[in-house]
Amino acid sequence: MTELEIKDVHKVADLARLKLKDDQVAQNIASELNNILKMVKQIQKIDTAGIQPMDHPYQTSQRLRKDEITEKDQREKMQKLAPEVEAGLFLVPKVVE
Amino acid sequence: MHKLSVSDLSKGLANKEFSSTELTKHFLKRINSFNHKINAFITITEEEALKEAALADNLIKQNQQKPLTGIPFAQKDIFCTNGIKTTCGSKMLSNFIAPYDATVVTNLKENQAITLGKTNMDEFAMGSSNETSYYGPVLNPWNTTTVPGGSSGGSAVAVAARLAPIATGTDTGGSIRQPAALTNLTGLKPTYGRVSRFGMVAFASSLDQAGPMGQSAEDCAIMLQALAGFDSKDSTSIDHPVPNYQDSLKNNIKGLKIGLPKEFFTKDLSPDVSATIHNAVKELEKLGATVKEISLPNTNLSIPVYYVIAPAEASSNLARYDGVRYGYRCKDPKDIIDLYKRTRTEGFGNEVKRRILIGTYVLSAGYYDAYYLQAEKVRQIISNEYFAALKEVDVIIGPTSPDPAFKLNSKKDPVSMYLNDIFTSGTNLAGLPGISVPAGFVNDLPIGMHIIGGKFAEEKLLNVAHQYQQVTDWHLKTPKEFT
Repeated sequence: MTELEIKDVHKVADLARLKLKDDQVAQNIASELNNILKMVKQIQKIDTAGIQPMDHPYQTSQRLRKDEITEKDQREKMQKLAPEVEAGLFLVPKVVE
Repeated sequence: MHKLSVSDLSKGLANKEFSSTELTKHFLKRINSFNHKINAFITITEEEALKEAALADNLIKQNQQKPLTGIPFAQKDIFCTNGIKTTCGSKMLSNFIAPYDATVVTNLKENQAITLGKTNMDEFAMGSSNETSYYGPVLNPWNTTTVPGGSSGGSAVAVAARLAPIATGTDTGGSIRQPAALTNLTGLKPTYGRVSRFGMVAFASSLDQAGPMGQSAEDCAIMLQALAGFDSKDSTSIDHPVPNYQDSLKNNIKGLKIGLPKEFFTKDLSPDVSATIHNAVKELEKLGATVKEISLPNTNLSIPVYYVIAPAEASSNLARYDGVRYGYRCKDPKDIIDLYKRTRTEGFGNEVKRRILIGTYVLSAGYYDAYYLQAEKVRQIISNEYFAALKEVDVIIGPTSPDPAFKLNSKKDPVSMYLNDIFTSGTNLAGLPGISVPAGFVNDLPIGMHIIGGKFAEEKLLNVAHQYQQVTDWHLKTPKEFT
């Protein structure tokens, strides 16, 4: 695995919807992330042939419930928290040109 | 009154030695006097607390109380509390008034416990020192130039300084147990799925678990009784019967088989810490336990695996913070991408952003197999080692933390901070319960003994801790400055 460079950090930040002020900040972050990745790389030496990935402490499947409406409409209460709301809709800057 | 345990306070209330209102006022006064020294609380809910105390006093008058009725406690600011600010230690939620109660909150309300306030924490539960909070660091009352541990540092310090008799915490890689160890408390992380995560702000969904932090195993048992149980609103809640945790505390531990992993006691471990833990284990042997050396060969991989999986899950869980529906929003966004990027960059602190970036990277195309998938497989290997060991022994014991409380600002390199989780993170990866118990002091700072059990072995862990606390008094010591 090669080390992260500035362009890689910009790409990951874009995916995570984070903004990096400038290349200096990107370089600092690249160094920090590379240190962390150097530490976690140890896992790549381990032979995991035949091992099932563990994404959860239990071998259970998603519990299901009946497809019935059990909650009441609380739109007004929940939307009180929103930065900008109009006619029951959340307002954001224009998305589609 | 603030020197009394929850069980003694409950007896005092029942015997009408004092009222819940008097008790609540006493703790609120202590919080107002001392909080500025240690920054344990972000929000103090004085009005609500006094209302709850009045209701509790009515129930006590009619002799209808439960073990937690009228008992004040501190609530980690990660639990949604209806009508009360819930910040998660972050600027991102600094204006967030939760519109509902977490199940943990509801359960404690149903048991008539009194919420004194919301405690400070590492931002979004990411940290082992409570230095990443937007609301400033929490200081350790045993030595205010040192950290209390994290992420449940505020809860730990609230109890350690006796600003509250007991508190709630959460633990993803050690965030209940490590601060408990560094502040001389008893802290329990239950089995994954034992306590509902509904309304508990998510960090890493397959690792997070809520639990009690208190003065003793008995007090933790009382709080766990209220917290544990199946919740249909949490799809990861396990429907396992809840025993009476107080009943089994008094059992003797003759024949208890203890395993000491040789990988926990290498030459890298401080000799003082090692001696403290071995002395604690000797006390358990005097009570009839037997000890043998065991092996958890991949112990040193817990941290790398944890620091792939936890950030990956966090990057997914924190994607919801986008300035659209609640929480912080940047000023004058020029387009939707600018809204997302500036809201998140301005709203999150550096450690959170670091972990989101690592998480995004290990999940991204081209890296997923080498990092995330591989980490999940190694997680299974590590967990299998714990399960195999727990077939040979009843409990696994080691130090909770490699060192006692360290100085503020002393671990600037993220990786050096991550190494604090070396003994605790494996427990979260395997979904097992773990308890930290005060076991002594090194350089006048507390050291915790960490006891790990099998799935749903909370009763056993509390029993062992309680029996240890009948023959030792480490857990009764409190920092001089806050008596």
